[in-house]
This record gives sequence, C-alpha cells and structure tokens, in this order.
Amino acid sequence: MRSKIVTYCVLTVGALAFLFPFYYMIAGSLQTSPDTSIAGAFPHPSNLTVENYTAIDGRINLLQGLANSGIFTGGVILGTLVFGVLAGYALAVLKWRGRSATFALVLLVQVIPFQLLMIPLYVMIARDYGLSDSYLGMILPFFINSTAVVIFRQYFLQLPKELFDAARIDGANEFRLLWSVALPLVRPALLTAVLLTFIGPWNEFLWPFLITKDATMQPLAVSLANFISNIAASTTNPFGAMMAGAVVLAAPAVALFLIFQRYFTSNDLGSGVKG
Amino acid sequence: MTTSVAGTAGRTGGDPGRSGRAAGAESATRTRRRAFGAQPLGILFSAPYLIFIGVVFAYPIIFAVWMSFHDYFFTAPGAQVDRPFVGFDNYVTALTDPDVWRAFGNVGVFLLINVPLTVVLSILLATALDRAVRARTFFRVAFYVPYVTASVAVVAVWLFLFSNTGLVNNVLGPLAPNPSWLVNSALAMPTIALFVTWKGLGFYILLYLAALQNVPRELHESVSVDGGGRIRQFFAVTVPGVRPATFLVVLLSTITGANLFTEPYLLTSGGGPNGASTSPVLLIYQKGIEQQNPDVAAAIGVVLIIFVLVIALLQRRFVGREES
Repeated sequence: MRSKIVTYCVLTVGALAFLFPFYYMIAGSLQTSPDTSIAGAFPHPSNLTVENYTAIDGRINLLQGLANSGIFTGGVILGTLVFGVLAGYALAVLKWRGRSATFALVLLVQVIPFQLLMIPLYVMIARDYGLSDSYLGMILPFFINSTAVVIFRQYFLQLPKELFDAARIDGANEFRLLWSVALPLVRPALLTAVLLTFIGPWNEFLWPFLITKDATMQPLAVSLANFISNIAASTTNPFGAMMAGAVVLAAPAVALFLIFQRYFTSNDLGSGVKG
Repeated sequence: MTTSVAGTAGRTGGDPGRSGRAAGAESATRTRRRAFGAQPLGILFSAPYLIFIGVVFAYPIIFAVWMSFHDYFFTAPGAQVDRPFVGFDNYVTALTDPDVWRAFGNVGVFLLINVPLTVVLSILLATALDRAVRARTFFRVAFYVPYVTASVAVVAVWLFLFSNTGLVNNVLGPLAPNPSWLVNSALAMPTIALFVTWKGLGFYILLYLAALQNVPRELHESVSVDGGGRIRQFFAVTVPGVRPATFLVVLLSTITGANLFTEPYLLTSGGGPNGASTSPVLLIYQKGIEQQNPDVAAAIGVVLIIFVLVIALLQRRFVGREES
C-alpha cells in the first residue's frame, strides 16, 4: 500500500512537471499584461484577452506560417507514404540481392544526426540547386522518413506468407498484391507512421531556418523563432504574444497526438530505434 | 556487384550444352535470380529510397569530409573556381580557435548533466508507470506531450518561466540566482540541459517501458521471497534487467545532445552570455553560414563526429557490456 502511494506521488509530480508549462503557455497567451507572480499562474477573468493573438498575427502572418508548415509536412508525409511503403514492402516480403544491406542502411541512417549534414546540404540545395525559399528545398532532406520504413517493414513481416503465395498463384503482380492485399491489412501502421512523420517536419527548425529567408515561405516554427529573437521586444506584451504564437504552433501536433495517442505505442517506437 | 553480374551473364552465354528456347529462358531466369535474388522487383521498389539516401546522406557526408580538406568558399551558382587541397589547414584553424574548445567544453557540461539525469528520471518514471494500474494512459500521455511539441514553442514558455522576473524566480524569492538563469554564465548551460532533459524524457520513458516488459516477473518474486523490499528489487532486478535499454538511452541522448542547436540559439540568444552556452552545431552555423567559412565549419563537423564516436565507444565499454 505504501509503495502504491509512492508510485502515484512520483507519477503525479512527473505529470505536473510535464504539463504545467503547457498550462502556463495557454494562460500566458490570454493575459492582458503579464503577471509572473505565483497568483498570476491562475489569471483573473478580468485580465483575460485574445489581443495577444491579434498582436502576433499583425507582425508575422500566422495563417501563412501554418500553411507553409502544412505544405512542408504534407510533402514529407506523401514521400514517406509512397516510397517508404514501397521500400518497407520490398524489405519485408520480397527476396532480392542487397536486401539485408539495405535494411542495415535504414538503421544506420537513423543514428546519423541531420546537423552534421547541414553544411554540405546547404551548399548543395541552396547554392548548387538554387532551391532556397522553395518548398522542394525544404522537403528534400526529409522526403522519406527512415523510422517509418522500419515500421512498415515490421508490419508487413507480421502478415502470413501464405497470403502472398496464394495471391501470386492467382496471378496477381506485386503492385496489385501490395495495393489490394497487403496495404489494407496494415492500416494501423500507416496511421502510426503518418503521426510519427508529422512531428518531424512540423517541429523542425534548423533546416527551414537555413534555407528560407523570405518571410512568406517560412514555416511557423521559423517565423515564431524569428519573432522571439527579433520582433517580440517591440510589442506591448512580448511574452503574451510569444505564448500566443507558441500555442498556435503547438496545438496541431498536440491535438493529433491526443486524438491518436493509442497509436504511439512503446513497441512501435522501440522497433523504430532498435530495428 | 556489377562485375559478378557480368561474370554470370558471360557464363550463361557461353553454355551451348543445352539447346532449346525453354532451357535458355529457364537458365536466364536462374542467372537473373542468382544476380538479383528471387524477386528482383525488390530492387526497383527500394530504388527511390536508396537514391534518396545516396543524395541526402551518403554524398553529403563524403562532400563534408572533402570540403574539410580543401579551401572551400561560396560562389555564385555555376561559377568554376579552383578549390585547392589544403591538407589539415582547416582542422588547424578550427582546433586553434578557443571558441571551438569552449563549445566542446560546453557540450561536455551539457552531457554530464543531461545523460545521467535522463537515465535516472526515465527509469524511475517508467518503473512507476509500469506499476500503476489506474490512470496509466493519462500519465503516459502527460509524459509524452513535450516530446511531440515543437522546440520553438516550448522554448518560448521556458523563456517566460526562467526570465529575470519570471515565475521560477518569483517562487524562489530570495533564492533566485543573480544574474538570472539564462543570462548567468554558470547556469546557462545547466538550464539548457534541464530543458532538453524535460523535452525528451517522454521518448526515453517509453523505451524503458518496453524494456521493462522483458524483465521476467519471477525475478522480482524471487527477490521478494528472499525478503528484499521494493528498493532492493529495483536495484537487483530492474536496473540490470533493462541494461540494453540503458545503453540505447545513453547513446541516443548523447547523439541528441551533441547536436544541440535550437536551444542555445533561442534560449540564450545565440549561445550567450559571452559564448557560455555555444554548442558545436551553433558554431558550425555561425562559422559556416554567417561568416561564410564552410570549409572550417565542415572540419568542426568532422571533429564533432569523432567526438561522438569516441564517447559512444566508451559508453559501449562501460554501459553496454552484456555480463553481470
């Protein structure tokens, strides 16, 4: 009994530490003037306003930022779904020379941090290909998510072999097999992979920051960072406006996560890293 | 691999022993199988992914190493210029720069705080989560939310919380540090380490939670039959039982930590105060793109890879060994 109490105490302290900053983000975004006292964490209704949202929208175009983030993320999800599924299927179901080497590569790529590629990629994509300030340049380095390839492979492996043999005897070709036999059976994998892929580009800062100088092309993470470091000081309630921007950036990812949280299972993530 | 394909093709062509189209087609199939495997379509299916890896990972890595040994500078697109081989000049420039040493020292401080804290907190919370029956989903979701949220968004809240007149200092009252957290050269890096630990902990908790499912229940029972309490069980059974996961957590948090950029860029406005929280990646950005010395920046990148590899090997020796 005592150990149960300890367990729940630990968990509650943890949950508070993780959730409080989010509560404080929302509370701060709705305050007319920042109140950083302890009582200010529970703002008085008379001190509430949506002005911060209009204030930040006046300096950076929130809607445009959301649209850019959406296109960036959508492109990556599309690439991952089309080419990642093909690769995952080939790795799980088909037998071909170089398969195990390719799978080793999929795992290896995941521990290579993107930051180390930043200078050569910048030279290639921004300087040589002239793709700065374009969606294509933003999407290219993230086009196929390797973790998603591992997840696809894992799910395809679980499908019974007989299923494929039977369909092949019936004369189905591999494209048909993949499209109408295998894919419908791995829908949960598709959703897991889409969610996992979503948080990458949606939250990504460094790469789009490097290659977008044109404010109308910047994803929201970049324009918000720009606002924090250069513009916020000139607004009447800098922290309020910052919190408002943070809420707008965080909300889509957090909402998707809350709705589909059961698809973020430890096993999938574990397999994504461990192979 | 191309030579082996050519070799087998040649042999089949020069094999006149069997006549007839059917036999020829059959042996061609066999040859193809030997060269590409039973379902060569797999190569076609994987081709886009392999090309992607080639363009976005393999080539840039080789390019970065090449760049670090040459006098490389930005030019207008299409301009043909000479980029002479300069040996280790860029490395000398990088390693004689006190800023570079400072940045690596900073990341060392960061890792000394972040990695142990991540391991201890995530194993503790995962164990607690594993024992909980009620509200399990709620806690799991709560721990994971910071991980799915953009760094830029949560950085904004931390700036607010840890600012000079922020809530944290108000709660601490007279205990508040002066100068405040993010503008204090002794506290800037530890605060960043704390932020990164907080942000990524949910992911590591899930890794540990998966690992805990593989620790046999009987082991816990045998310890408790021997009269061992919960704490003894934790150290005698749980900690050794999740050792492979610990190695993974240590390794991944080190890699993530070595690539710190967004946090010092935004939390301490570019590695301040006075370079006390500059990270190597921030320096790569400043030197390579702001000051237009991509060759020196590439050299710092190569040094960073070697730095991470050495740490990873040490960790494998001390954390990853299988026995005990």
